[in-house]
Amino acid sequence: MQTALEKTLIVMPAFNEEESVGAVVREVLDQLPGAGCLVVDDGSSDNTAVAARAAGALVAVLPINLGVGGAMRLGFRYALEHGYSNVVQIDSDGQHDPGTVPAMLAGLADADLVIGARFAGAGEYVASGPRRWAMIVLSSLLSRISGTRLTDTTSGLRASGPRAVMLFSKHYPAEYLGDTVESLVIAVRGGCRVMQVPASMRVRSGGTPSHGAGKSAVYLGRAMIALLFALLRPPLGRRAEGGTA
Amino acid sequence: MTLTSYVLGIAAALLTLVIVVELLRRGRLRERHAVWWMVAGIAALLASIFPVTLEWTAQLLGIQVPTNLVFFVSIAILFLVCLQHSSELTRMEGRARSLAESIALLELRLRDVEGEVPERQPPPR
Repeated sequence: MQTALEKTLIVMPAFNEEESVGAVVREVLDQLPGAGCLVVDDGSSDNTAVAARAAGALVAVLPINLGVGGAMRLGFRYALEHGYSNVVQIDSDGQHDPGTVPAMLAGLADADLVIGARFAGAGEYVASGPRRWAMIVLSSLLSRISGTRLTDTTSGLRASGPRAVMLFSKHYPAEYLGDTVESLVIAVRGGCRVMQVPASMRVRSGGTPSHGAGKSAVYLGRAMIALLFALLRPPLGRRAEGGTA
Repeated sequence: MTLTSYVLGIAAALLTLVIVVELLRRGRLRERHAVWWMVAGIAALLASIFPVTLEWTAQLLGIQVPTNLVFFVSIAILFLVCLQHSSELTRMEGRARSLAESIALLELRLRDVEGEVPERQPPPR
């Protein structure tokens, strides 16, 4: 396990998280000795970068806000340039438990992309009402596409093996929901094997997740559009990208 | 059609073409963005000098009022230009994203390199 951790880079996209990022970084460094820890400050206007640096993380500061997808591609590029084999994405708001990471890395022996799923048995995270239905619809569709049972496709806790890191460092979408839904489709079409492991979630340190029927309908609609276009895109080799030649 | 409206049509078309060509000449407009404006200007010039061509084309397409053909073509060209701009914007966003990522990586590397230099040693002059 120790060797797997040493080849692993923990990437934490952070946008205005100065209050929670320090604690999460300390927790990661404490629980996952040997792993690299890169915080990507996604154009924050507060002291996220200072807080993360003080806690001992490497910090890459994006001059403009790119969204989770943009921050993650930077993480994948960094991992590739510095010889890390695996990348684990953890949210910087403290809702993910770093204790799940070893189980996810173990999963990388049989898969290229491991998703930490919130509804797969562990923890007490429960999404309710329309939002939950939206997630169920999305999950069943993506399960079909990927050929494995996935119950939480919008989870921001995921581990990528060498093959996925290579793929994502070039093609990681920055659009809304691109980092979750579309990236999964890209992985599957790029020949990656996907699996999920149960992960417990905690209540977010700050802010409440959005609920409500209207918002959930919009969310599902946008997710469907993202999914549709992810499937319609030309194969990866022939795609015009923004210029990471 | 009165002589005034005939002259006005030609003048408007010529003005459009002159502006586009002048912008191109001064390098304020790139060729690839000027294509549709050039097409529109030349079409407008032809239709204003020889109104018969407009009437003839309208008849050929089964459009009863030739003016409607003008509106149709104008809207179509504006639509295409808008679409081209949206596509161009997407490309620019992709490039800005890549540049932002590279800047962040370089900054991280710079910090790393500077960290290796012992702090008490005065910088060489």
